[in-house]
Amino acid sequence: MRANGASGAASASGIQLQASALRARALVAGIVAVVIAVVAGLTIGPAGIPAHRVLMELADLLPGIAVESGLNDAHKAIVTDIRLPRVVLGLLVGATLGTSGATYQAAFRNPLADPYLLGIAAGAGLGATIAIVNDIGDGAGVFDLVPIAAFGGALGAVTVAYLAGHIGGRSTASLILAGIAVASFLAACQTYLLQANADAFRRILAWLLGRIATSGWAEPALLLPYFLVTTAIMLRYRRALDVLAVGDEEAAALGLEPRRIRLIVLLAASLGAAAAVSVSGLISFVGIIVPHAIRLVFGTSNRILLPLSVLFGAAFLVLADLTARTVLSPAELPIGVVTAFLGAPFFVFVLRTSRREIW
Amino acid sequence: MSAAVEVEALEVSLDRTPILTGVDLSVSAGEWVNVVGPNGAGKTTLLRALLGLVAYDGKVHIDGLSSQRRSVRAQHLAYVPQSPVIPQGMLVGDYVLLGRTPHRGIFAAETATDTRIATEVLERLDLGGFGERAMQSLSGGERQRAVLARALAQQTPILLLDEPTTALDLGHQQDVLDLVDGLRRERGLTVIATLHDLTLAARYGDRVAILSEGRVAACGPPDGVLTVDSIAQHFGAHVRVLRDSDGPVIVPTATTSAHATSAAPAGRAATQNGDHS
Repeated sequence: MRANGASGAASASGIQLQASALRARALVAGIVAVVIAVVAGLTIGPAGIPAHRVLMELADLLPGIAVESGLNDAHKAIVTDIRLPRVVLGLLVGATLGTSGATYQAAFRNPLADPYLLGIAAGAGLGATIAIVNDIGDGAGVFDLVPIAAFGGALGAVTVAYLAGHIGGRSTASLILAGIAVASFLAACQTYLLQANADAFRRILAWLLGRIATSGWAEPALLLPYFLVTTAIMLRYRRALDVLAVGDEEAAALGLEPRRIRLIVLLAASLGAAAAVSVSGLISFVGIIVPHAIRLVFGTSNRILLPLSVLFGAAFLVLADLTARTVLSPAELPIGVVTAFLGAPFFVFVLRTSRREIW
Repeated sequence: MSAAVEVEALEVSLDRTPILTGVDLSVSAGEWVNVVGPNGAGKTTLLRALLGLVAYDGKVHIDGLSSQRRSVRAQHLAYVPQSPVIPQGMLVGDYVLLGRTPHRGIFAAETATDTRIATEVLERLDLGGFGERAMQSLSGGERQRAVLARALAQQTPILLLDEPTTALDLGHQQDVLDLVDGLRRERGLTVIATLHDLTLAARYGDRVAILSEGRVAACGPPDGVLTVDSIAQHFGAHVRVLRDSDGPVIVPTATTSAHATSAAPAGRAATQNGDHS
């Protein structure tokens, strides 16, 4: 909202309201962040390929542009077959987790809500653990069953939590409690499996801590449809989520069906997060830190928050992945370690420097 | 005058506990009716039933309502809750624009008409420069006006107010009720309000309805309804009812001495002192 006497009918005091909306400046900031993250993610790496040649090689990929980058075939392959799919996967996972987190927080009117609130992490973790200890996959290839088991586990957990929450009552609090109960139960099952299968412990732990690993374009291609559909639904409901901020009772008096809206957006957010988790493992913190940092800088309206969560979530995860694969190169840190290690201090910094009261 | 709101044999149970057990109430277009009653009498439940927020038996007729859909109902009834949720970080302007939701649909952006109406309402309620302030930065009186502004932005013919003066000091109570009265006259609004303060309930509005034990025990002009006997019966309160040119003034009498002896003499004393009805 800006004082703007020029547009619309002038009022007595000359102050014409405008609804909070995504301003060009914020949108540009988000796009710039994505571009910086993408360029950094593509040009920085242990192969030591000059940055300008990487960019020329990428330009060559665009239709209608022919540029000779001067890279040899091995380096070309590193750029187009290894780094590019990995950056794209980071964008998709980060955007999905960031937007899902913002949606969960709005739907529950709870700043601590994240995409894992209703048991997605525990369900995916148990699914992946079952798959790994039974050796039906090694967690690396696409055609193994670990991502599928994780996806099934995540969706199963959310479904059980949602149904249990409705049995317990109609409030969001009972839904949260049901999520906690389901997550605890599944985590207990998973711990039992871990104890009973000590030999698989390292592989399971590696999966749990998350990674943006690709084998070609399979993972990004797998996640892309989920990202597109679920993000489109969440963005479409951004204005309705702003109305839900006054609580179910008042939102209903304003003509909405709050429970139906919550069901739809939570389904979308959960489906997206489950798909992201199934290809990347449990990357924590993105769904909390990205939306909160945006709120502190750009305001709390979901019509600003949700689109920016797509952009900044994507940029944040690509940079986190870049850190994860370069800090201990040639070894890789689990990306979940990086998101928490980088994210927490940054979050405190934003919290300290912002004067906005958001919760 | 036609009835804007017609309630017949309205029954509502919450968690299988009967709250309203046969409410009959008819409110004419342009009329202001204050619903009073002891705590737990079901005043808020009555408003929620009118809004379609609770399941009920009986008949609720809202004039001109063509459908039971919530969005349609929200174009006819605007609601000021007793304890509105103030969303953290939301700007006053955005908050008032929420009132346009039933007109714009949940997926659409605000039109120029929506922002013009919200601007006018803010101006009318002396909140002209407040559009970009955060809701939680407002004082109690300003906040109540902002909530009222949201309800007015709905541009409904009927306004439902649940204890609109609860959190306010005496001056701000008067401000808000004067404002509602002025708006009612300007816009021909029908007002149904619940109020705790019986004197205010007598000063503002056309009729008073006493809601007691799930029914409307009495309804009519304040003089006839707010008597020492009816207040003692329905509120268990010991009062004197004084008269001035604007209507009855309800004054609590000290109950310590009354408790020491019995309740009855206090009621008689009050009648002798003030109430001649």
